[in-house]
Amino acid sequence: MVMQPQGVVRGLETAAAWLLGFLWVLPLAYAVWTAFHPAEFSTRFLLTAPLTLENFARAWDAAPFARYFFNTVILCTMVLVAQLVLVTLAAYAFARFEFPGRNVLFALVLVQLMIMPDVLIVENYRTMTLLGLKDTILAIGLPYMASAFGIFLLRQAFKVVPRELDEAARVEGCTPLQVLWKVYVPLARPTYLAYALVSVSYHWNNFLWPLIITNSVEARPVTVGLQVFSATDQGLDWSVITAATLLSTAPLLIAFLLFQKQFVQSFMRAGIR
Amino acid sequence: MTRTTQWIYGWLLLLPAMALLVLFTHYPAVATVWQSFFSTPKGSRSAVFVGLENYEQLVADEVFWQSLSNNFWYALGTIPLSIVIAIVMALWVNERIAGRGVLRLAYFTPTILPMIAVANIWLFFYTPEYGLLEQFLGLFGAHSHNWLGSKSTALPALMVVTIWKEAGFFMIFYLAALQSMSPHLAEAAAIEGASRWYYFRRVTFPLLMPTTLFVLVNAVINAFRLVDHIVVMTRGGPDNATALLLYYVYEVGFRFWDTAYAAVLTVVLLVILGLVALAQFFFLERKVHYQ
Repeated sequence: MVMQPQGVVRGLETAAAWLLGFLWVLPLAYAVWTAFHPAEFSTRFLLTAPLTLENFARAWDAAPFARYFFNTVILCTMVLVAQLVLVTLAAYAFARFEFPGRNVLFALVLVQLMIMPDVLIVENYRTMTLLGLKDTILAIGLPYMASAFGIFLLRQAFKVVPRELDEAARVEGCTPLQVLWKVYVPLARPTYLAYALVSVSYHWNNFLWPLIITNSVEARPVTVGLQVFSATDQGLDWSVITAATLLSTAPLLIAFLLFQKQFVQSFMRAGIR
Repeated sequence: MTRTTQWIYGWLLLLPAMALLVLFTHYPAVATVWQSFFSTPKGSRSAVFVGLENYEQLVADEVFWQSLSNNFWYALGTIPLSIVIAIVMALWVNERIAGRGVLRLAYFTPTILPMIAVANIWLFFYTPEYGLLEQFLGLFGAHSHNWLGSKSTALPALMVVTIWKEAGFFMIFYLAALQSMSPHLAEAAAIEGASRWYYFRRVTFPLLMPTTLFVLVNAVINAFRLVDHIVVMTRGGPDNATALLLYYVYEVGFRFWDTAYAAVLTVVLLVILGLVALAQFFFLERKVHYQ
C-alpha cells in the first residue's frame, strides 16, 4: 500500500494503538489477577504471589451457579430455536410472497428495531402476570422470540437467492415449505450462523428484564444470579466476587476466544444491512 | 400458484411471528399510553381514569427532569467519543500494524462480556483506596476520591465504562466498511500526492457515512435502553446523579410499584425513541446516500 505511514509517525501510531489496547485489556486483566490470587494480593501486584483456585471454589459453593448456568442454557436454546423458526417463516413471506398489507406489516415489524422489549418492562410484566408465567424461564424469553432484527436479516438473505432455483424446485413438485427447507435455508447458512451468535450472546448477557420477571433460583439466569450473589452482603471479598464474575462469563468468553473469526465476522454480517 | 394462494401463504407464514410481535411490542406500547391516563390500583381500589393528572406529576417531578438531563448528557458524553475511538481503532487494525490480530481481540473483547460483569469489574476498579485507579493516581500523590460516590464524578465514571464497552463493538462495523472499500481509491490519492488526513477527510470519512448513521442510531437506542450498569454500580445515586430514564422507570415501577407513573415515564421514553426513528427516516437517510 502506498498510503501507509512511514518512519516516526508509524512508530508513534503503533505505540498509541498498543497503549489503547493495553487500556482496553486492563480492567479484564485486573479481574483475572484478582480472581486467581489470594485476597491479600488482590491489590498488590507481586510476581511471586501464589496462584489459587480457592476464590472460584468459594464462589461456586456460595451460590447455586450450576442451576443458574442451566437456566441460562435453557433460556438461550429456547429463544434461539423459537427465533429461528418464526423468523425464517416471516422472512420467507416478506421475501417471496405477494399479499395485501405486506408493506404495512413489514413497517410494523420494523417498529421493534426501535422499541425493543427492553423498554416495555412495565406492560410486559403485567401481561406475564395475566398469563400466569411470572418467574418462569419462558417469560424471560417470550418477548424476544419474534425478532424484527432476525426477520430483517433473513429477508435480505432470502432476497438474493436466484429465483431460478426456487422455480426449478417447484417444477420438481416441491411445496412452498419444501422449497424453503431445501433451497432457501441451506443457502442462508452464514446468515443463520451470524444471527445465532448475536442472539445467544444477547440473551446470555441480558439482565434487566430477567431481573424483574424472575424471583427464584429455579428461573434466574446467570446474570441475575451473579447480581443477587454480589449484592447481598455476605462479607465476601472482591476476589470471590471477581471470580464469580469471570465464572459467569467464562463459557461465552472461551467460545469467543476459540471461534474469534466467526464471532467477528458474524457481528460484521449482522451489522451490514 | 394463484394469487389467492400467494396471499394465504404469505399471511400464514407471518402469523406466528406477527402474533408475538403484537402481544409483546405493539400492544404494550399502546397499553402504556392508555395506562398513563389511569391511577395506580392500590389494594382493593382499582385503577380510575385520572386524565392528565399523572402528566402533571411528571412535569413537577424534579427527579424526572434530572434523569432526562442525565440521559441527555450521558448520550452526548458517550456517543461521539465512542464513534471517534471506534473509527481510529478500525483504521489502525485495518492497516498492517504490528500485532494486528492481538489488538483487534483486545479492542473487541469488552463487547462479548455482559454489561453486568463489566460493571462488577469496573466497580472494583473504581473502589476508593483499594481500586486500581486509586492506586495508580496515588503514585502521583493524588488524594483518594470516591469516583462513584460523589455527584460530580459518578456519571462521567459510568460514561467511561460505556465507551469502553461500546467502542470495540462499533469498530467492527467500521472495519467491515473499510474492508469493502476499493484499494484503487487509496492508490489514486497517493499518486495525486494527497496527505493521509486529506484522504481521510475527503474520501474515507464520507464513504463511512452510512456506517456512521447505522452506528449512531444504535448508539442512541443503547443510551436509552441499557441501564444494567446503573443497577450494579450506583443504583441511580448519589442523589439521583446517575439516574437514567429507564432506570427511573425500573425504580418507580418495580421498587415503588407505582405502575401508572412508570407508564407515564415509559411514554416519554417511547416518544424519544420515536423521534430517533423519525430523524433517521426524514433527515439523516437523505443526507448520507452518497452513490
